Amino acid sequence: MDVSWFVYFFAAAVVAGTPLLIATLGELVIEESGSLNLGVEGMMYMGAVMGFKFGLMTGNPIMAVFGALLAGAAGALVFGFLTISLRANQIVTGLTLTLFGMGFAGFVGSSMVGKKAPDAIMAAFAKMRIPLLGDIPILGDIFFHQDIIIYLSYFLVAGVGFYLYKTRKGLNGRMVGENPAAADALGISVALYRYMHLLAGGALCGLAGGYLSLVYVPAWQDSLVSGRGWIAVALVIFSKWNPYRVVLGALFFGGLDIIGFRLQKFNLPISQYVLDVLPYLMTIIVLVFDSMRRNAVSKAPQSLGKSYFREER
Amino acid sequence: MIRVSQLSTCSFRKKVLIRVSAIFFALFFSGILLALMGYNPFSVFGSMLDGGLGSGYRVKETLVRTIPLALTSLGIGLSFRMKFWNIGGEGQIMMGAFAATWVGLFFPEIPRPLLLLMMALAGIVGGGLWALIPALLKIRFRTNETILTLMLNYVALKWLTYLQYAAWRDEEAFGYPKIPNLVKNAKLPDIFGIHIGIILVPLMVAVIFLFIKYTKKGYEIRVIGESEQTAWYAGMNVSKIIISTLFVSGGICGLVGMIQVSGVNSTLSVDVSNGVGYTAIIIAWLAQLNAIAILLASFLFAVMVEGGSFIQTVYHIPQSAAALMQGLILFFVLGSEFFIRYKISFSGLRKIISEDHIGEGE
Repeated sequence: MDVSWFVYFFAAAVVAGTPLLIATLGELVIEESGSLNLGVEGMMYMGAVMGFKFGLMTGNPIMAVFGALLAGAAGALVFGFLTISLRANQIVTGLTLTLFGMGFAGFVGSSMVGKKAPDAIMAAFAKMRIPLLGDIPILGDIFFHQDIIIYLSYFLVAGVGFYLYKTRKGLNGRMVGENPAAADALGISVALYRYMHLLAGGALCGLAGGYLSLVYVPAWQDSLVSGRGWIAVALVIFSKWNPYRVVLGALFFGGLDIIGFRLQKFNLPISQYVLDVLPYLMTIIVLVFDSMRRNAVSKAPQSLGKSYFREER
Repeated sequence: MIRVSQLSTCSFRKKVLIRVSAIFFALFFSGILLALMGYNPFSVFGSMLDGGLGSGYRVKETLVRTIPLALTSLGIGLSFRMKFWNIGGEGQIMMGAFAATWVGLFFPEIPRPLLLLMMALAGIVGGGLWALIPALLKIRFRTNETILTLMLNYVALKWLTYLQYAAWRDEEAFGYPKIPNLVKNAKLPDIFGIHIGIILVPLMVAVIFLFIKYTKKGYEIRVIGESEQTAWYAGMNVSKIIISTLFVSGGICGLVGMIQVSGVNSTLSVDVSNGVGYTAIIIAWLAQLNAIAILLASFLFAVMVEGGSFIQTVYHIPQSAAALMQGLILFFVLGSEFFIRYKISFSGLRKIISEDHIGEGE
C-alpha cells in the first residue's frame, strides 16, 4: 500500500477534525457545569464571522483569533444571562442562540462573501514542522506538520482534562453540574461556576468557528459551519463527557468530512452525493448506537439541562 | 438588596403586557444598533413596514410568506407541547415537498383536483414519515431527538441536492441545474390573487386550537408535556401518543412543502424551505404554542422578512437583518418570562438572610 496517500489523508483529517475537536471541548466544558447549550452552531458562526472580520480589519492573526474567542464568549454570555440569571429554558435559549448566530453571521458577513483571509494571517497559520517530533515517520507527518492552532488544540485537550479531573476548581465545576444543591451547600457559587464554564466553552466554540473561516477555508462564505456545531453536540455524547475520547471522535468525523473531497481523484464508484451526506448520516448512526448500548448509569452530568434555583428545592 | 421570589399567579393581561413590551424592547434595541451603524432607525423601520405592507401587492407577498410560517409553527408546536424538541421542520418540509413533487412530476395526466389531493397526501406522508424516524428512535432507545432531527435536515437537504443536480435534473434547462416545472394540473389555484393554501391557515389554527383544548388526544399531549411520568401513571400509552403526534406534526410540515412547491415555486429546489423550519421554532415559542398567537407572530415575522428584503434594496442593509431581529425578539421574550414567573422586590432596610445568585451576579 502506498503510505504517502495514507499520510496525506490522515493529515487532512486532522485539519478537518480540528474545528470539531475545539468546539466539542468547548461544549464539554459547558455541559460539565450543568448547562446544556445547544447554541454551539450559533457560537461557531459568531466566532467565524467576527474572527474573519477582525482579521480583515487588522491583518493581525492574534487579533483575528481574539475576535473569534470574544464573539463565542459573547454568545455564551447571552445564553448564561438568560438561563442562569433569568432562568429561561436552556433548550429554547440554545436554539435561539443558534438561529441568532446564523443571522448575525449572515448580517456581518454579507459584505465579506468571497473575500480571502489576508496574506499575513494565511502565513501565520501556515503548516510548520515541529523539530524532532515532525521527523517521526508517518506520525510526524500526520500530527506534527500542521498549523499552530492544531498544536494549540493538543494542549487544549490535555488542559481541559487536567482542569476537570485534577484541579479543585475543575472538580467544583463538575460538582455544580452533578449536584448543584450539594455544591451550593458547600459554599460553591453555582451561578459563578456556570458562568465561567460558559464563557470559557463559548470562547472555544468561537475559536472553532474562527478556525473554519481563517485557516480551514480560508475565506468567508455563507453556510460555512454547516452543521458542525451540531456534530460537536453529538460528539460530546459520543465521547461520554471525556475530553480525551473527544480526540477520537473528532478525527473520525474529520476523516468523514474530507473523504468525498479526497476520494474524487481516485474515481471510486461511489457517488459524490453519498459521500457528502456521510458525516450527517454517521452522526445519526453513532448517536443511535450510543443510545442503544447505554446502560442504566448515564455518563452525563446529573443536572445537565436543569436550572438551579435555591428556593425551588 | 434585591430579592427574588416566585410568583404563584400572573394575570393574563399582565402576561400579554410583559411579552408585548419585550418585543417592543427588542425592536428598540435593534433601533439602537441601526443608529450605531449610522442609519436612521425610524426611517429604516418605516421602510420595513412600507416594504411589508405598503401596497396591495406587498400585502399579498407578505401573506404568501405567512402561510408556511404559520402552518409549520402549528406543526412543530404540537411536538413542542410534549417537550419533544423537533427542530426538523426544515427537513420535514423538504421531504414533503419531495413526495408531492414526485406525484406531480410523474402523474401529470390525473385530473387536477385529484392530483392536487394526491400531492397533498404525499406531502403529509413524506413529512410525517420523516418525523417518525426520530420519534421511534427516541421511544425505543431514548436517542436525543434534537440532534437527530437536525441531522435529518441535512440528510434531506443532500437528498434534494442529489435530485436537483442529478436524478431529476431538467435536460431542457440549458445546463442550469433545476428540476422540471410542474404542469398546470399540479399547481394550486389562486383565490384573491393568493394561492388557496391561505384558506388552510385559519382552518388549521381553529382545528389545532380546538384539538388541544377540547379533545382527549389534545389533553393527553398536554399531560405528556407536563410530565411523562404522570401520563404513564394515568395509564396513557405514551409511546403511541408520541408516535401519532409526531406523524401529524411532521405531516403538517410536509404539507407546507407541498404548498410551497405547488402554490409558490412551481418546482422543487433545495431552497424550498428556505429557513422556514427554523424561523417557525422562534414563532412557536414566541407564541407560547398558542394557535392564535402563532398566526399573529407569523404575520409579524412575514412583514419583517418581506420588509427586510425591501430595506436591502433601499439601504443596502443585509436581508439577514430580519433574522437578527427575530433572534433578538425571542431573546427578549425568553428573558421576560422571568418577570412573569418571579417577583423582584427591593429592600434597603431589612437584612436579607437568603440572598440568591441574582443578587450576587449583577
